[in-house]
Amino acid sequence: MTGSLRGAVAIVGIGETHYYRHGQSPDAEFKLALQSVLNACEDAGMDPREVDGFASFSDDRNDPPRLAAALGLPELRFSNMQWGGGGGGGSGAVGNAAAAIATGYADCVVVFRSLAQGQFGRFGQGPRVPRVRGRNAFTVPYGLMSPAQAFAMRVQRLFHDRGVSPDTQKAVSLAAYHHAQQNSRAVMHGRPLSGEDYDNSRWIVEPFRLFDCCLENDGAAALVLVPAERAKDFRHAPAYILGVATGVPERAAASAHNAPDYATSNFKTVAPRMYEMARMSAADVDVAQVYENFTGGVVMSIIEHGFCTYEEANDFIRYENLVAPDGRLPINTSGGNLAECYMHGLELQIESVRQIRGQSPNPVPGADVHLIASGPMVEPVSGMLLGSEATL
Amino acid sequence: MTPPPARSSETPYLPPGLPAPTPAGDALDAPYWEAAQEERLLVQRCDACGLHRWGPEWICHACLGFETRWVEVEPRGRIYSWERVWHPVHPALTTGCPYVVVLVELPQADNVRMVGNLLGPATDPVEIGAAVEAVFEHHRDADPPFTLVQWRRADEP
Ligand SMILES: [Zn+2]
Repeated sequence: MTGSLRGAVAIVGIGETHYYRHGQSPDAEFKLALQSVLNACEDAGMDPREVDGFASFSDDRNDPPRLAAALGLPELRFSNMQWGGGGGGGSGAVGNAAAAIATGYADCVVVFRSLAQGQFGRFGQGPRVPRVRGRNAFTVPYGLMSPAQAFAMRVQRLFHDRGVSPDTQKAVSLAAYHHAQQNSRAVMHGRPLSGEDYDNSRWIVEPFRLFDCCLENDGAAALVLVPAERAKDFRHAPAYILGVATGVPERAAASAHNAPDYATSNFKTVAPRMYEMARMSAADVDVAQVYENFTGGVVMSIIEHGFCTYEEANDFIRYENLVAPDGRLPINTSGGNLAECYMHGLELQIESVRQIRGQSPNPVPGADVHLIASGPMVEPVSGMLLGSEATL
Repeated sequence: MTPPPARSSETPYLPPGLPAPTPAGDALDAPYWEAAQEERLLVQRCDACGLHRWGPEWICHACLGFETRWVEVEPRGRIYSWERVWHPVHPALTTGCPYVVVLVELPQADNVRMVGNLLGPATDPVEIGAAVEAVFEHHRDADPPFTLVQWRRADEP
């Protein structure tokens, strides 16, 4: 390896639309994307015409040439899609944008994600088709057809193999809902969740209860990335990219649930490469935004990023340890995918930037190093570390 | 070893109306679906190195050989993992919940895994490691007809 992204690129603008319940956006998906891009540029204090590239993930439907035309950009120099993995592509898209900037492909890249499920249909439902073929033929006819159903057996196996308690899932859920109560942007703001509420909630698919599952929402989010040497020309304190990695272990995407390592978030190979680029370890991380499709995947992610071992998980992954400002590892401090908004995880990067700026609804004083883990249990996953200027 | 007589069912475990499996457009898995209708359980096996593999693929991930044959395996296994579904995500399932999905490991075929339903009362306890045997669930009235490979608890082999 000849180069590194460590400290080379910074996030200087963040923007989001209003976050709606799924299907409730009054605006078209493309319009939401435009609004988020403009909001991120406004936040940075820059002319949107300076943007010269876009990166996204999960087959976002709003392609960069159309965005560039709609926004009247003088030139589009970078148009990028992170392939595969759904929300597991979020940090990968940021990494792709950063790599483009660091190597001179582009100078100001916006990473974005836009979702209007009323316009395009929902994630959490089975296919309404008469026939299925290929890998779906070996799962869908057995009633295994939603993301929750696709991941529940991995988590069940984790509990069986490693002695991890389902109470860890509850802790992750309660922490997210707690954080959302301070966040007026959060869809679940004003809707606190008690331990009793959690215990009484219905099963979606064992071992996931209702509150173990992410929301589904409409909205859009965007980040503006520029070279580090220009990072201080903008309105707010920059958030520097310290490390980023994407990928999966051997045969993770083998069909019909044949991944050799099954009870995994798929971060075992990715997290070490991310830390290596940043020249850091789990001990350096102050706050973590850990993508929650389902809470069991967060539990795996926390373990696979080195914050605790399997044996320590039941003691470490407790509510008190996961909440800001004093927990040992505050996670998902905006409410995340569970309680702020399911912006396919890009709200997690935004929250990390807010933490670095001191703008978080649940600020963790003195927190300089921030993990965003995008994915768990999908292929590929991706992760990144963001830092304040003090970390350079 | 001659496989024991296959068990079969004419009564679907899940309600009608779910998407039906059809062979892939490139016919990769067609032999599996044809054999299931004849109550035989097939998996792929590499001609060069002998490794069983599942799901179907055009190449052996161990030796990169393309030469593959379909081999019949004893329709028995053990539960590798499971889930109990309570929330229907398809209109056909609104009267079908709860139901149990199992991931079954086949020790006699290099521990390949297959997804199916665990037949029997859905609220009965399910144990990882428990022995199961295949039940060929025929959907003869479907157009075209197909057979699902389901599983039921078995005595230890
Ligand atoms: Zn081979």
